[in-house]
Amino acid sequence: MLEEILFQLELGLPQIVLGLVNGAFYALLSLGLAVIFGMLNVINFAHGAQFMMGAFVAWMLLNWVGIGYWPALVLSPLIVGAFGVLIEKTMISRLYKLDHLYGLLLTFGLALIIEGIFRNEFGSSGLPYSPPAALGGPPVDLGFMFLPKYRLWVVVAALAMSLATWLVIEKTRLGAYLRAATENAALVQAFGVNVPRMVTLTYAAGVALAAFAGVLAAPIYSVNPQMGSSLIIVVFAVVVIGGMGSILGSVLTGFGLGLVEGLTKVFYPEASSTVIFVIMAIVLLARPAGLFGRA
Amino acid sequence: MAEPLLKVENLEAWYGESHILHGMDIEVREGEVVTLLGRNGAGKTTTLRSIMGLVGRRSGSVRFEGQELVGARSDRIARAGIALCPEERGIFASLDVTENLMLPPKVRDGGMDLDAIYTLFPNLKERARSPGTKLSGGEQQMLAIARILRTGAKLLMLDEPTEGLAPVIVQQIGRTIREIKERGFTVLLVEQNFRFAQTVADRHYVVEHGRVVDAVSNAELSGAMGRLHEYLGV
Repeated sequence: MLEEILFQLELGLPQIVLGLVNGAFYALLSLGLAVIFGMLNVINFAHGAQFMMGAFVAWMLLNWVGIGYWPALVLSPLIVGAFGVLIEKTMISRLYKLDHLYGLLLTFGLALIIEGIFRNEFGSSGLPYSPPAALGGPPVDLGFMFLPKYRLWVVVAALAMSLATWLVIEKTRLGAYLRAATENAALVQAFGVNVPRMVTLTYAAGVALAAFAGVLAAPIYSVNPQMGSSLIIVVFAVVVIGGMGSILGSVLTGFGLGLVEGLTKVFYPEASSTVIFVIMAIVLLARPAGLFGRA
Repeated sequence: MAEPLLKVENLEAWYGESHILHGMDIEVREGEVVTLLGRNGAGKTTTLRSIMGLVGRRSGSVRFEGQELVGARSDRIARAGIALCPEERGIFASLDVTENLMLPPKVRDGGMDLDAIYTLFPNLKERARSPGTKLSGGEQQMLAIARILRTGAKLLMLDEPTEGLAPVIVQQIGRTIREIKERGFTVLLVEQNFRFAQTVADRHYVVEHGRVVDAVSNAELSGAMGRLHEYLGV
């Protein structure tokens, strides 16, 4: 029995590693959602659309301006983040005094509009985007499988970005402002901190994280207007499981659930696309605040 | 005579539909410790919060160093040199003691340095890494006062710093207030306990129904006890 499981596991290792790659995207996207929710109390339903914009901006930079992958990895999050500033300043900031639901409805509407515009301009069949030359070439031999270099890079980049975000929030002065403002924004402002500006920049940072994930995704998935909406549903489940607003929780849950999905593909492939939702239901029943959330 | 450091005239304030302040008039001169005395619900806390810009709707005039602040946002008021130590203390649970202490940004030169603050509050140094809300009530109050001493704010507004604390801690807070006065800070203090107020303040205002109904200097206080008992119902 045990031998059989081990044998299956060995055969399934590639699936598990690919699960880790998916987990990298879950982690980055739920991290951005957690950052935004912690500070703004807004569930950013436009997150998937902003992820997709990140990929499209990388594609546009390459095909319209001739700017390649590496600069795009920095430029695209900045450009989409600036778009986030515009959205927050002109629309979301008007809703803070209302119920959370209004923020959710607004961002959901924005997601539909953004997707619609891109579908109208670029169609829905998807555009190709090649990985950078340095990460092309023959796959890396991990002993049990060959992994394209680019996928390895995605995992490393997502881990590094998650760690950097966690360090900024937990270990810096800016992070202390953010944590304090999450608890009592009025008092932080009464100490002389420009909280409205901080809120705008936090939203922009969360959106930029989504765009960063979008650029990472561009060479793996084809760049198409729906790439965000199919992913974001799973990411919301990840956020619910991890606990809304927890930074570390969203990263660990993101990678963890990617692995679980991979394992399910090995042992019971039929359930691989639903396993995350099953876990979500169980977590909601047993621990409604999420695995890492504060009740 | 020079304009007082803080001059509040005809200040009115509302929480939603309820009209709380009905024309407050107070003056605080540089270097003074002035208290607002009054019963629960008289509008003392609302006065401090209105000066700080934390009450949504307010009218009248709040002049600080000659600068009109009644319409300003709270972060600008803080930058002008006013700091509030709120009644609920406002210690952040997700920040440790040092982070809480270092949180308010410097608004000017002239604040106390960290060594001086630790000399005044040695407990805060010992417990530097504890989460802010794991401190005792007295220590949290010390932390709440300590963190606004660093910023260089000239006017410190303390909202019932002795509330709910043991007598020995109350004495320590009294010593602290006298010490910060000696260092040249100006203090506007909300108190219900006028025996405590008497040990630290130069002047007292009595607040009732959102306006000042009496003003007493500390020297006159003993003679005015009868009146004060009437106002405060003690």
